[in-house]
Amino acid sequence: MAVITIDRVSRWFGNVVAVNDVSMQIGPGVTGLLGPNGAGKSTLIHMMSGFLPPSAGEVALDGVPIWRNQEVYRAIGLVPERESMYDYLTGWEFVLANAELHGLADPAAAARRALGLVEMEYAQDRKTGTYSKGMKQRVKMASALVHDPAVLLLDEPFNGMDPRQRLQLMELLRRFGAEGRTVLFSSHILEEVEQLARHIEVVVAGRHAASGDFRRIRRLMTNRPHRYLVRSSDDRRLAAALIADGSTAGIEFDGQERALRIQAVDFQGFTTLLPRVAKDAGIRLYTVSPADESLESVFSYLVAS
Amino acid sequence: MNVTVARLTVRGLLGRRSGILLLVVPALLLLVAVIARLTADTPEDLAATVLGRLGMGTLLPILALVVGTGVIATEIEDGSIVYLLAKPLPRHWIVTTKLTVAIAATWLLAAVPMLIAGLLLCGTRDGVAVAYAAGTLVAGAAYSALFLLLGVATRHAVVAGLGYALVWESLVGNFVPGARTLSIQQWGLSVAKSIAVQGSIAADVALTVAVPLLVVVAVASTLLAAVRLGGLTLAGEE
Repeated sequence: MAVITIDRVSRWFGNVVAVNDVSMQIGPGVTGLLGPNGAGKSTLIHMMSGFLPPSAGEVALDGVPIWRNQEVYRAIGLVPERESMYDYLTGWEFVLANAELHGLADPAAAARRALGLVEMEYAQDRKTGTYSKGMKQRVKMASALVHDPAVLLLDEPFNGMDPRQRLQLMELLRRFGAEGRTVLFSSHILEEVEQLARHIEVVVAGRHAASGDFRRIRRLMTNRPHRYLVRSSDDRRLAAALIADGSTAGIEFDGQERALRIQAVDFQGFTTLLPRVAKDAGIRLYTVSPADESLESVFSYLVAS
Repeated sequence: MNVTVARLTVRGLLGRRSGILLLVVPALLLLVAVIARLTADTPEDLAATVLGRLGMGTLLPILALVVGTGVIATEIEDGSIVYLLAKPLPRHWIVTTKLTVAIAATWLLAAVPMLIAGLLLCGTRDGVAVAYAAGTLVAGAAYSALFLLLGVATRHAVVAGLGYALVWESLVGNFVPGARTLSIQQWGLSVAKSIAVQGSIAADVALTVAVPLLVVVAVASTLLAAVRLGGLTLAGEE
């Protein structure tokens, strides 16, 4: 069983604290490392993958420090965020080279198996420089899987993938998690994490903001009031009709934006109420946008709670 | 030495645009040698200028710089080095393999053309052609190790390398004789001088000083590069 332990780890760059006194344990199964851009996710993953020493604290795999320890790479597969990957090699040559570098007994068989896992055999003879972002991501995955590692670390793996590729990769990661591997991926997209990981670790501004089962954390988020910005053909009449319902906590008319700012208590109730009320009153809705659904606001709510 | 690392390094060197520059350098030396041979009455008089100044003084350091930094700095710059480092491979294997490729390329693209150019200019007279080729071999190895170290140690390896080769060795060395003692070019010339017939090649550094310095620079650069690569960090893009 492979467990990554981050023990009171801080990392600073000059005066900037990127990671601040974070402790967490990443065990078997899929874990999502969630946080807004610049929260310290990549810094944490770099430390977990042995490419950055912590300024304080310790990062270890099964009790063995990771920094300056090449032997850990027998157990770790790494999918970096950056795209460069020897563009002059074909997909096959790239994955095969990775298998050889691991010193595997039968590198060709391992490369074939890994490319099969990510379903990239069809493009394995093309140069990786000609691949789309999603294809590159999958070949990077193959190179990380070639030695059948117990731990898989992925830095923003879904960036640039189309929905189909995203689903494929999610399915793959789910399978690895179910097989008992320790899979950690970072993302700043809430929905990605929601679909894939039961367990999440949330970092905000370098600090560990939340840890645990996604549903429990999500419930914290859904209990808070939701704010919407709504523009319609008759804002005042719409406001009057909406306030009569219990799922609406407050409405303000924003003269500058020429829109209604609505605070809803019951997310589900409000999303069905709004179109119904508008239809019944013969009012056309021009804009309905969540005003505080950005990840940052979700996080600030989490931190505040 | 790791065969896969060597293969990737060679393909990286030849696969990039700088690969063309690698061929320009020996082509230029041979072209100048051919022109000198055809036009000069006594081409052997031009050996010091063509082989010493142009070959060892300018073309060799430029070639070694492109090769020495090209075998590693480009991978560090674009991040693809991760695929080598995230493996259970000792870092000094990676460094020594890349250095071997760099030295082999420098020898092939500088020492061999130097020998041919020398034979074109002087034939086998006074052993000048072989001497310059030998000087290029030892200086090429030292330059490769130094520039590989720069490639690992700084993101401005090419600027630092040009600064050393062109500013320190050529410019400062021209005006300040003492600076020539710390010049790989002069150490190479010293080796060449010891091989050729006395009086046919001039060098400012004694062989007893040049050889130990060549060894120290090559070995120390390799060791330092391995240590630096072992602690290479990938700073977050955040």
